[in-house]
Amino acid sequence: MKEPSSVKDELEFWRWREYHRIVSGKKWTSKDVITAGVDVGSVGSKAAIMVNGEAYSWSVARTGSNSPDSASKVLSLALEETGLKVSDLKYIVGTGYGRVNVPMANKAITEIACHAKGANYIWGPSVRTVLDVGGQDIKAIRTDETGRVVSFLMNDKCAAGTGRGMEVFADLLQIPIEEIGEISLKVDEEPPPVSCTCVAFAKTEAMGLLRKGWSKENVLAAYTRAMAIRMANLINRVGLERELVITGGQSKNIGIVTRIEVVLGVKCLPMPNWRDDGLDPMVAGAFGAALLGKALYEKAQK
Amino acid sequence: MITVGMDLGTQRVKAVVLIDDAVVSRAQAFSGFDPAKAAEEAVGEALKKVKLKISDVAYFVATGSAMEMAPYADSTVSMMSADAKAGVYLFPKARTIIDVGAEEARAVKCDEKALMVDFVVNERCAAGAGAFIEAMARALEVKLEEMGPLSLKAERASQINASCVIFGESDVVSLIHRQESKPEIARAVFDAMADRISSMVHRLGVKPDVVLIGGVAKDVGFVAALKRKLGIDVLVPDFPDFAGALGAALTAATRAKERRK
Repeated sequence: MKEPSSVKDELEFWRWREYHRIVSGKKWTSKDVITAGVDVGSVGSKAAIMVNGEAYSWSVARTGSNSPDSASKVLSLALEETGLKVSDLKYIVGTGYGRVNVPMANKAITEIACHAKGANYIWGPSVRTVLDVGGQDIKAIRTDETGRVVSFLMNDKCAAGTGRGMEVFADLLQIPIEEIGEISLKVDEEPPPVSCTCVAFAKTEAMGLLRKGWSKENVLAAYTRAMAIRMANLINRVGLERELVITGGQSKNIGIVTRIEVVLGVKCLPMPNWRDDGLDPMVAGAFGAALLGKALYEKAQK
Repeated sequence: MITVGMDLGTQRVKAVVLIDDAVVSRAQAFSGFDPAKAAEEAVGEALKKVKLKISDVAYFVATGSAMEMAPYADSTVSMMSADAKAGVYLFPKARTIIDVGAEEARAVKCDEKALMVDFVVNERCAAGAGAFIEAMARALEVKLEEMGPLSLKAERASQINASCVIFGESDVVSLIHRQESKPEIARAVFDAMADRISSMVHRLGVKPDVVLIGGVAKDVGFVAALKRKLGIDVLVPDFPDFAGALGAALTAATRAKERRK
């Protein structure tokens, strides 16, 4: 695995690492069906390259102010050190918040379809409920054994629980975003959740709690719990059917995942070891997009 | 007969002194972390202005989100009832009272006797309250009181995410980077707020006359945006931020008379 390409700035607690990975031992030839998925999210951009429907490489980068540039940047990052060029890609699917602004894409598909498909690829056919927690919205998706969307519910009007909301809290508490999950679990006893999920009000409430002498860990636990309850409610509204998995950036927040499991009384399928050789659930949408791209390419060849 | 109304809001405590149903004095103090102390200050100052003492007051009524913490209070009145009382006192034909405060917004439907008939409230989301304008002013690096006049200079509005303070902040920052004009961004902020408030009021039904009170009613930018959005005239009293305290003081007057009977 390549070293993280961005420098960790101590003053920017919200900043997470950009990276790219090539699956070890995989080779490609020009006869293979090589497809790509490019998921331009509001906060993070993800790209996945698949060879004959198997993950070959992927990348994660921060979305800039310009969607086409972010798409090009993250795709180039996924192609790095693979010997592949954009022209080798038989089909490219764009997805995510900025999907209509992926200039090299053959087609744009909603991230809901892509996340369901991607979750099915990462965890297998037993997945029935996918919670995708992105930078700017939260989706609870019901899916069948093939990864097709059965129904979904979305919350896109409010930052509570989203990656962006978590970044605000990481900054407020001066805790690096990649550590907030672990740190939120470092409490002797789970405190009651903050009373209001609105990030702006919760921030005020958190500052009050800090002044009262609460530890950062306790404040973070109270906030994370409120967000987990909110997400669990969304899952219950769409209807929870096992197995449950979590995708998107927040899938890496162990504080959220653990609390959702407690609130729902259900365990999620285990998180792949993405830091080592596992697939990254944050890239689920891009994997799904690349797979749907393969299906579209093969259909067009017939 | 002297009565006092106190409105213990999330940001400020307001006090109004009445002599026989006529306002003679008003004062306010920042709520901070001790709304009770702020109420003592506001009441003390309002009475001092007209050379009165606590013991001269026949009846105190408290309202506002921290009303349970109010000192001196003989009783409390709901914020909705206080809004209805004050709205009809200020404008006898008022039937819809919209109260937009720092962290909360309400719309109250009332009858000609100033009694509350129905209401809707937003208290869980900062996007529908003064906090939204404050956060956007910070992002724009403009003083809060300059936001309104600035927005009136714009012919059109930029596009921002109206649904959430956090998303709105990010939008404002990227609009600044794209070098959109500050007046147009400011106008977008007020349009966004007016959108949310108007959809809240529509859930209740808009019955004229419509009166706007609360601290945000002092903002000319918001008043203009709300008029555009509702498509009807919106009446704003002098001292709209003291309307809640006025409603409480009027309630105090009624209750003091009842007690004497």
